[in-house]
Amino acid sequence: MDNYVIEMKNIKKSYYGTTVLHDISLKLKSGEIVGLVGENGAGKSTLMNILFGDEVISSTGGYEGEILIDGKLATIKSSFDALNLGIGMVHQEFSLIPGFTTTENILFNREPTRGSLVSNVFGERLNTLDRKRMNDIATEAIDKVGVKIDKDMLVSSMPVGHKQFTEIAREISKDNLKVLILDEPTAVLTEKEATTMLSSIKSLASRGIAIIFISHRLNEILDICNRVVVIRDGFVVKDSDIKEITVEEITKQMIGREVGDRKKSSRNVSNKNVIMSIKNLYVDMAGENVKNLSLDIYDGEILGIGGLAGQGKLGIPNGIMGLYDAEGEVIYKNEKIDITSPMNTLSKDIAFVSEDRRGVGLLLDESLEWNISFLTMQVKNKFLKKLLKFISFRNKDEIKSVTDHYIDALNIKCTSSKQKARELSGGNQQKVCLAKAFAMQPKFLFVSEPTRGIDVGAKALVLDALKVYNEQHNTTIVMISSEIEELRQICDRIAIVSDGKIAGICDATESVEKFGALMIGAKV
Amino acid sequence: MKFNLKKFLADNSVPIMFIIICIICIPLSGFSTSYLLNEIVTRIVRNAFLILSLLIPIMAGMGLNFGMTLGAMAGEIALIFTSDWQIWGIPGVVLAMILSIPISILLGTLCGNLLNKSRGREMITSYIISFFINGIYQLVVLYMMGPIIPIIHQSIKLPRGYGIRNTVSLLNLRQSIDNLISINILGVKVPVVSFLIIIALCLFIVWFTKTKLGQDMRAVGQNMEVARAAGINVERTRVLSIIMSTVLAGFGMILYLQNMGNIATYSSHSQIGMFCIAALLVGGATVDKASIGNVFLGVILFHLMFIVAPKAGTVITGDSMIGEYFRVFISYGVITLALVMYEAKKHKKKKMAEGDDNEKQ
Amino acid sequence: MQDRLKNIIRDFGVPRLIILCFLLLLFILAPFVGADLPTQFTNLFNRFSWNAVLVLAMVPMIHSGCGLNFGLPFGIIAGLLGGTISIELGFTGAMSFVMAIAFATPFAIIFGFLYGVLLNHIKGGEMMVATYVGFSAVSFMCMMWLLLPYHSPTMVWGYEGKGLRTTISLEGFYDKVLSRFLEIRIGNLVFPTGAILFFVLLSFLMWCFLKTKTGTAMTAVGSNPIFAKASGVNVDKIRTLSVIMSTWLAAIGILIYEQGFGFIQLYMAPFNMALPAVSAILIGGATVNKASIANVVIGTLLFQGIVTMTPTVMNSMIHMDMSEVIRIIVSNGMILYALTRKNDDRRGA
Repeated sequence: MDNYVIEMKNIKKSYYGTTVLHDISLKLKSGEIVGLVGENGAGKSTLMNILFGDEVISSTGGYEGEILIDGKLATIKSSFDALNLGIGMVHQEFSLIPGFTTTENILFNREPTRGSLVSNVFGERLNTLDRKRMNDIATEAIDKVGVKIDKDMLVSSMPVGHKQFTEIAREISKDNLKVLILDEPTAVLTEKEATTMLSSIKSLASRGIAIIFISHRLNEILDICNRVVVIRDGFVVKDSDIKEITVEEITKQMIGREVGDRKKSSRNVSNKNVIMSIKNLYVDMAGENVKNLSLDIYDGEILGIGGLAGQGKLGIPNGIMGLYDAEGEVIYKNEKIDITSPMNTLSKDIAFVSEDRRGVGLLLDESLEWNISFLTMQVKNKFLKKLLKFISFRNKDEIKSVTDHYIDALNIKCTSSKQKARELSGGNQQKVCLAKAFAMQPKFLFVSEPTRGIDVGAKALVLDALKVYNEQHNTTIVMISSEIEELRQICDRIAIVSDGKIAGICDATESVEKFGALMIGAKV
Repeated sequence: MKFNLKKFLADNSVPIMFIIICIICIPLSGFSTSYLLNEIVTRIVRNAFLILSLLIPIMAGMGLNFGMTLGAMAGEIALIFTSDWQIWGIPGVVLAMILSIPISILLGTLCGNLLNKSRGREMITSYIISFFINGIYQLVVLYMMGPIIPIIHQSIKLPRGYGIRNTVSLLNLRQSIDNLISINILGVKVPVVSFLIIIALCLFIVWFTKTKLGQDMRAVGQNMEVARAAGINVERTRVLSIIMSTVLAGFGMILYLQNMGNIATYSSHSQIGMFCIAALLVGGATVDKASIGNVFLGVILFHLMFIVAPKAGTVITGDSMIGEYFRVFISYGVITLALVMYEAKKHKKKKMAEGDDNEKQ
Repeated sequence: MQDRLKNIIRDFGVPRLIILCFLLLLFILAPFVGADLPTQFTNLFNRFSWNAVLVLAMVPMIHSGCGLNFGLPFGIIAGLLGGTISIELGFTGAMSFVMAIAFATPFAIIFGFLYGVLLNHIKGGEMMVATYVGFSAVSFMCMMWLLLPYHSPTMVWGYEGKGLRTTISLEGFYDKVLSRFLEIRIGNLVFPTGAILFFVLLSFLMWCFLKTKTGTAMTAVGSNPIFAKASGVNVDKIRTLSVIMSTWLAAIGILIYEQGFGFIQLYMAPFNMALPAVSAILIGGATVNKASIANVVIGTLLFQGIVTMTPTVMNSMIHMDMSEVIRIIVSNGMILYALTRKNDDRRGA
């Protein structure tokens, strides 16, 4: 009974010394649907990248462990290897040519062609496309998926659902397809489309294709999978038959990691003076939309905002800071803020450390001095010295001393304050971002994903710095993070965002299960 | 229905504007219909092939190929050789075409590879390449032809003994293709063979879009990343599109010059790119979309404007130069307009794409 | 040690190195072929003084991330308007220069503003659009030079009494007003002190500006516009300001060029003024998104050095005037090099 289509044995992978996958084993029989779940950063995408031969893997030293296809050892070095081995993948982002029809996309770069005199001389690329066969193959593939989509429709004029089906049809049309990886195939679909999608996935499996189904929607997993595999921190923490597990159990395993209950906050944050009140906030940030969210933030607290990816937690600070189009009322210290431009919010002494460190947070090609002083200079007219009545220059000395101060205080590892931000490691870059915000001496601070992509040691330092800053300056901090554990470590309260709204706010000492339930709650 | 009309007007604003200009200017210019028809036919024969050479890079998403000038230079060099060897008539034209191919391929490969290195700013790069290669061209033609590259015939050499004269006469080759079979329809001289050649190129382009390579080019033009992920050699495909365009431009230039009857050695090619691009845009093409229909509509409207504007300008303002400058202004204006519209669209798209990036994280 | 040398060469750029060596070679050869060095230097200083401000006009737009200002003719037109209006209104001598600047300024500000607003709508495609906006403006002005009601007999066509001439002599107006100011003559060597001082003054002002809060913001906008936006900077406003500054400097630049050259050149003349200025600043070490005053000075000296030295030296050596061709190849080759450099890709402009 041991004839697995695909077996992954003891897969291990590290990037630049950080181990992402420790020991992953996963097997699938033909016709089996396995649900793969895990929090962001648990290692799902790395695992799938290995399986699909993504360039990221080979360019960072490959992987350890064995992959067996039909019992034979296989080496996957590129996506072509994966394709040849019969592994197909539908990514979260569409990989379709917008101006091509369904048919053209399904058969993209695998078009059946007819030779001609010209192509005999000038090579196969001058073969003409065999439109009739293309249509036949496409029609057959669409039928297999079991949906009705127009084979001649341009992708650019399709609804999202059809794009998703086109991608699946493309994979199905490959004759040797054995394993199909679906990464969040229902995330962008309407409920009705999702239902169709799920039933077509089932019918594909019944044709003998093994399917790895990645989703955050746990009830979908319960609905169609035979087995569920939970990954956390690069380990498989649960591999169970679907009949023997519940949503609660999966959630617990996903965020699990019982590090003991958080000790009760030593401070008393029961003063409950509302410092910022957000009412009916809408933010138009693709993939992180905020829809009619209301939230009160208390003076002096550290409020955590958690939630699964794509639910809108990142949209909150980006909208309030005026970086994305936003609507709604934000009342800060009894004053309404006009959130249409960053300066309006910044001038109220509200600072923001962006989740996009390299894109938004830093001037990669400028010195640390510039990075740390620029925000404060622009917002508060500091670090300038007057020369004449109306002209003032950058004050080199002040800039240097403030930079040196933060290099010391946050232990930023650099050669000097003149070093370019690009040359620092991720953790140190994050500290520069914090220093930039601290230099402004904010009364209120948004920190978005402060530990994303940095190593464990730096993580602790960053979190510690935030906590210390909060205590010393009585600055209210709102920290947005995907890692609930991290929020529980330093926050007073944690709000969970789901579908662009607050699903619930709890004391940080609440159990992990409670937060887990809130995260998925709104979706069940 | 009304909405459709609006959309039609918006989508075709440039050709419509030109039709209006022409309608106003034609009566003012006082040219006879048969003169205008004859002129238009000549202009189509002269320019259509050159303009058609721009289509392939647009298909491959590389924008307006300002580097088509490179092909024009290759064509000129080929013609200089054939005139030096005194091979005239149709054999001369055919030989020049054959000779131009290796030069075009060489220049096209260079241009294509440089454009691959400057992704996202292909147009400005191809524009500068055309200037750069023009410098090399002058170096070769003005200084190396004679001492290094053997030139036999004195008549095309400068009196100083090296370098090519400012004008190389192609009198013995002049309109040899146009006059091969030419019929007279209602007083309009129609060079049948030239039209057949242009039609053949159109058919070639239609056929080409149906080939695997054509399909790949379209894909690369629309989304390079997806094409790459599907296993298409994006860089090579882009270089190929530029090479094809350059070779076709070389042929086009030879046909253009056989119609003109002489080569202005140092200036024939310099404006050709600009005029061809302007004509294509006048025909309703955009930086990322162009069809054979755009070519013909463009060549007719643009050259009609070009013929009638100076005369009409003289009539309106009493100054003969106004019309001259007006048509130059219109040529540049239409390119500017097309570029602004294209870049504004791209900028908007990019703004939206920035949002999409967050989705991936 | 070898690595360090390699690094230095790489940072400096191979084409730049070739140009520098070429120029040095020309200077070394010059005495042997009988060229008079003081005259050569006089030429170089003169041409430097004519062109340096036009090259300086590149700096603000590069700083704000608008790329190389191929739209330089736009500013030049403002300068031409200023110059012609000043003469039309009957100003002469040094006063005509002051008034030319005064009249050119409002045009430059208006043009720059419109141009800046346009460029904000096409972020990422500035350079190509700038080129053609410049061309369109030049060809539009060709019509205007004929149609605008100019009457000064020194400027209009004699026989028709209207329409400006293609070349207008500045004798009696602002011909050499700056160059002659505090001019230093030592034998054959003439140093146009006034014009150089004027450039130094403008450069100093630019240097000061870049040190102010707004100047700092401009550099940050060029370095990372999203960072700047998140720091409360109005990115579009700063970009527009940079375009206005560039345009104004181009207007002033052409007036200085004219006072040195002695003539106003109208019609298609502004057409080809952008490329030399662009390549000069690139030769000086600027990239598509980084430029300093030093780049301007070095670049103008190198570029003009080649322009002035090649004809004399080459002519006497091989009796061929290849200078024009060499200038075309060098200047466009340099721009091409800058555009195709991989490490500038992140801007993607």
